[in-house]
Amino acid sequence: MKHTISVLVENKFGVLARVAGLFSARGYNIASLAVSETMDPTISYMTIVVDAQDEKVLEQISKQLNKLIDVITVTDFTKKEHIDRELLLLKVEYSAKDKQKLENLLSKCVGKIIQAKADTAIIEAVGDQAQIRQLLEGLSGLGIKELVRTGRLAITY
Amino acid sequence: MLECLKREGVEVVFGYPGGQILPTFDALYGYKGFKFILTRHEQGAAHAADGYARVTGKVGVCLATSGPGATNLVTGIANAFMDSIPMVAITGQVPTLLIGNDAFQEADITGITRPITKHNYLVKDAKDLAVIVREAFYIASTGRPGPVLIDLPKDVQVAETEFIWPEEVRIRSYNPNYGGHPGQIKRAAKLIKESKRPILYVGGGIITSGASLELLELAEKINCPVTWTLMGIGGFPSLHKLSLGMLGMHGTAYANHSIMDADLIIALGARFDDRVTGRLDKFAPNAKVIHIDIDPSSISKNVHVDIPIVGDARQVIAELIQEIKHGPAVDEWLKHVEALKKKYPMGFKDKKKILPQYVIQQIDEVTNGEAIICTEVGQHQMWAAQWYNYAQPRTFISSGGLGTMGFGFPAAIGAKLGRPEKTVFNIAGDGSIQMNIQELGTCVANKINVKVAILNNGYLGMVRQWQELFYKRRYSYTPISSPDFVKLAESYGALGIRVTKKEEVRPALKKAIETDNTVFIDFHVEEEENVYPMVPAGEAINNILGGLA
Repeated sequence: MKHTISVLVENKFGVLARVAGLFSARGYNIASLAVSETMDPTISYMTIVVDAQDEKVLEQISKQLNKLIDVITVTDFTKKEHIDRELLLLKVEYSAKDKQKLENLLSKCVGKIIQAKADTAIIEAVGDQAQIRQLLEGLSGLGIKELVRTGRLAITY
Repeated sequence: MLECLKREGVEVVFGYPGGQILPTFDALYGYKGFKFILTRHEQGAAHAADGYARVTGKVGVCLATSGPGATNLVTGIANAFMDSIPMVAITGQVPTLLIGNDAFQEADITGITRPITKHNYLVKDAKDLAVIVREAFYIASTGRPGPVLIDLPKDVQVAETEFIWPEEVRIRSYNPNYGGHPGQIKRAAKLIKESKRPILYVGGGIITSGASLELLELAEKINCPVTWTLMGIGGFPSLHKLSLGMLGMHGTAYANHSIMDADLIIALGARFDDRVTGRLDKFAPNAKVIHIDIDPSSISKNVHVDIPIVGDARQVIAELIQEIKHGPAVDEWLKHVEALKKKYPMGFKDKKKILPQYVIQQIDEVTNGEAIICTEVGQHQMWAAQWYNYAQPRTFISSGGLGTMGFGFPAAIGAKLGRPEKTVFNIAGDGSIQMNIQELGTCVANKINVKVAILNNGYLGMVRQWQELFYKRRYSYTPISSPDFVKLAESYGALGIRVTKKEEVRPALKKAIETDNTVFIDFHVEEEENVYPMVPAGEAINNILGGLA
């Protein structure tokens, strides 16, 4: 199952490689990864989504992350009440007759057409996992030319 | 840099010069703040620093140049990492502006050593150096110890800056926890008092935390048999009546049977390694487990733990002793363990040729069990673990986790410098000794008086043993030739002695100990002797091959 883990780290060079190395050394693929500065510019916040078959291995990774000198805290969101979101930018095939259909789809998450030129529209959309899945299924009939995603972000209460 | 090392209390640095570390070596010229030992290979420097750290408990320091100098340290760093040895490795690096340009003798050593160091640093500004050195020593020596690498570009080595020595180290993301959780300690004490068949299973954590006296007190208070891992050797006196010796693949049969029959395992600073547990799902099926370890990631990694306690072994044992007023009733259990000892004694069948076990016994007798014994890796290592009666911590120096052939000889150099008053032996095989044999030069040049006992059987013996037992005696590339060790030793200016008869063993050892020089003793031993008892890999640890029983 997919786990969302957040890691608060020192904002220094090499830290991302240390964190990523713990996953790769065990043959784990990181499904998504988002890194940014926090309110305190000396600290960075990483949100990592990983597909872990074995809970014990994940527990190990979590403990090993904690052992890294530059890691301040590790949180596994899976067992916690939390909100998660992901931002998508899409380039889709577009004609004026699709506008209504597209807007209906986008209304189910937070989304809008940013720009539409000739036969192409650029869309942004924000939502949780279910909303994003639904949107992508809906859009598949319209022809997605390009898709970029931020990866999942999560926050607890 | 040198002033930083001196202020950290460094007594000796092992290393090798080169282009990108030249400025630091220039400062070392005529420097009197600590001793510098020029090894013959950087790997030797890393293992010597490791050996020094193991016998003294202090941080071992090694120094090398960039590129190949740094990569030659890698095995030594990995070795220290696996065995939790405090070490600081300093490497030269190409100037900051050239980093990433594939410059001559450039290697991304912080990248290479990331998974085998506790932490590492690339110093980009000379004004950070003092803080980094303090942090490096602090990280290396606290919590679960380990190696820390500092990569020092050439321009940073020559940059001028004001020297400000930080009085204290504070790292917000690193706070090792030493005291055990009081509630957990109470629960552990209750479980101990209720147990009928307890066993203490102790590892390298006992040595690291200096908990030998506390362990002895605890074992005697609750009358509990003690078994140890390879890394735990010396943590408990071998000849004590509660001692069961080492357990696991080449452990005593009675230790393995005892832990399988136990109803409570008290694990102290040990990590349930596969060489100890054998087949996991068959390991100690009726036992509850109390696991005390400084490293939370060691707990519940391999076996289910009923009471985990994160903390320093010494502190937690002391707290446990306070909590236990009187021990459990274990008379029946001790009788059972005694019967196991009688049923499965350690032994070997005497032969006409010199047996390696016999040589170790003789070293034990001649040194009264008081020497520091270093080993390489293989059969001789297991015999050295089985047949020498260690009484003190930090007297058995061996590569446990990584299993590095070539470790013992340079480690013995470090050990002798750390404890000059002690007789230091390196027990080696004819294969292993050839992996870092160049350090003979280091020994003689610096008058480092170590004794190397080579158990020469003409084979890479441990691999040959596996080939004999599990690969139908197909001895694929395990017969190995050796130089004339006596002539070799002499050509370096050391003493060489060849021993081919049993009656020569003891006189040769006596002569070696009396000689104020490095001595190589080439014992021609029985070629196809095996290490027993033995649990085949992946089998339950009470499925034991060989031995007398």
